[in-house]
Amino acid sequence: MSPELIQLIATGVWETLYMTVVSTLISYLIGIPLGVVLYITGDGGIRRNRAVNLVVGIIVNVLRSVPFLILLVAILPFTRMVVGTTIGSTATIVPLVVAAAPYVARMVESSLKEIDGGVVEAARAMGSSAWQMIWKVFLPEAKPSLLVGATISLATILGYSAMAGFVGGGGLGAIAINYGYYRYQSDVMLITVALLVVIVQIFQEGGLKLVSKVDKRLR
Amino acid sequence: MIELKDLNKTYKTAAGQVSAVRDVNLRIDDGDVFGIIGFSGAGKSTLVRCINLLERPTSGQVIIDGTDLCGLGRKQLREARRSIGMIFQQFNLLSQRTVEANIRYPLEIAGVSKADAAARAAELLEMVDLADKARAYPAQLSGGQKQRVAIARALASNPRIILCDEATSALDPITTRSILDLLKRLNEQLGVTIVVITHEMKVVEQICDRVAVMSDGCIVEQGSVHDVFLRPASDTAKRLIEPAQNALTIENTPNTLRLAFTGEESGAPVISDMTVKCDVMVNILSANTENIGGKAFGQMLIQLPEDEAARQRIRDYLDMRGILYEESAALPPAEAAPADDAAQARTERAKLEDAAKIEGSAL
Repeated sequence: MSPELIQLIATGVWETLYMTVVSTLISYLIGIPLGVVLYITGDGGIRRNRAVNLVVGIIVNVLRSVPFLILLVAILPFTRMVVGTTIGSTATIVPLVVAAAPYVARMVESSLKEIDGGVVEAARAMGSSAWQMIWKVFLPEAKPSLLVGATISLATILGYSAMAGFVGGGGLGAIAINYGYYRYQSDVMLITVALLVVIVQIFQEGGLKLVSKVDKRLR
Repeated sequence: MIELKDLNKTYKTAAGQVSAVRDVNLRIDDGDVFGIIGFSGAGKSTLVRCINLLERPTSGQVIIDGTDLCGLGRKQLREARRSIGMIFQQFNLLSQRTVEANIRYPLEIAGVSKADAAARAAELLEMVDLADKARAYPAQLSGGQKQRVAIARALASNPRIILCDEATSALDPITTRSILDLLKRLNEQLGVTIVVITHEMKVVEQICDRVAVMSDGCIVEQGSVHDVFLRPASDTAKRLIEPAQNALTIENTPNTLRLAFTGEESGAPVISDMTVKCDVMVNILSANTENIGGKAFGQMLIQLPEDEAARQRIRDYLDMRGILYEESAALPPAEAAPADDAAQARTERAKLEDAAKIEGSAL
């Protein structure tokens, strides 16, 4: 393998990690508040509100039902507006976040729904405000489940980032498409796919290790 | 003082409206240990949740120390809740916090400084005898220990009232006893008012001063534990108090006497002593007694001799010993639920089998 190719793949790994991790972080910054809103305004929530729940729910569902490749292209003007370009890794972060944030919101909502209703009741009985419930009860109690969700989200977003290679995104996905698909270099294709598998594996294992360390119910 | 006035709670379900609590009027004085007893589905849990407005009543008033909680805004209600502790059947501790941090939670949310909260938590851990478990997580504790943590947490903000929702129903008898002892001690030492929801008469016997009996959303009977225990007026109270009698067919047995042991008598051999002193023979029809902390609790049903003079001697003896009793024609059989029918049928069958065995052995 030529040194140029190795350099290329190393850059690809870096770009993939950069896109995936940054997109996941931003998606959680948006997804956690949305997930909390869905949870507390939903049935049995502490601030039941049908209208808010319905509106947020519909936005989330609409964004989630658009196939990623189509979303990627459809929001190109928006991407250009945000980062000034539509190609490269940084530009890919925009559609990744738009696609992942609603997905994360649902993941967060479902983690929160796992919280024992009795604990919520006890917290209410002790006179907790809504903010105190969110910061001191909901998020800490759901932490292990939220981390499992984050591990899954990370792998999903990694998969999306590879797709962005088709329309000028960077990373391993772009290398696989440009060299493996357009130039028939199947060895490059294999290496990139193997690397993607390894990265997903590391995320998955690392995430689960972290969860078992963090979850105080398991001892 | 807790006053519930004309309290109603109705739920809307797919099947229509369900009245969980109906026209409840109740007064619980400061420093009382008040029991609310009833079978499952009687509405006790809903009623107790109306006291701190976890469930908002459909109509009526919840007046605590003169303030109607239903009229309070969100913030004021939170303040009011901080003076009402609550413990639960499933403990409901925060699973991701240590024991100490669980106890600090109510102080944290009330804005108590870290140092003060830590000091108070240490004090409470001492009080519930768990100082060595401060850094443990709830998953590492036994049921009884978890309930102690929950009690400490409920006490953290110095509440005037503690609500116990089936607090011992998930615990074994020995642990139940120690938790009840702890509650009683806290009531005596701190003067905190305790409201106990339970379906077990023995819990009421052990710690309550007064009791209300609930059935189908209504309070069907209330009074001192002694009175209700000795002279239950409602069918529900009778069934709660005398489960043993359901198994016996004594409807037409005259001359029965029901003895109620409510903790005054220790483990003295009362019946033997009575038969010797009074020179009578008695037939024990059923007994459901228990020794709790060296005191006897429960019921015994005995058949009296035909002779009126002998019966009088028994009455005098019991009066002398200070044992509560009631002479009764047998109670009407309880309107048994389908499950009870099966149990009844089993007992009947067992009795027939027993009778057959006795006959067999006699032959």
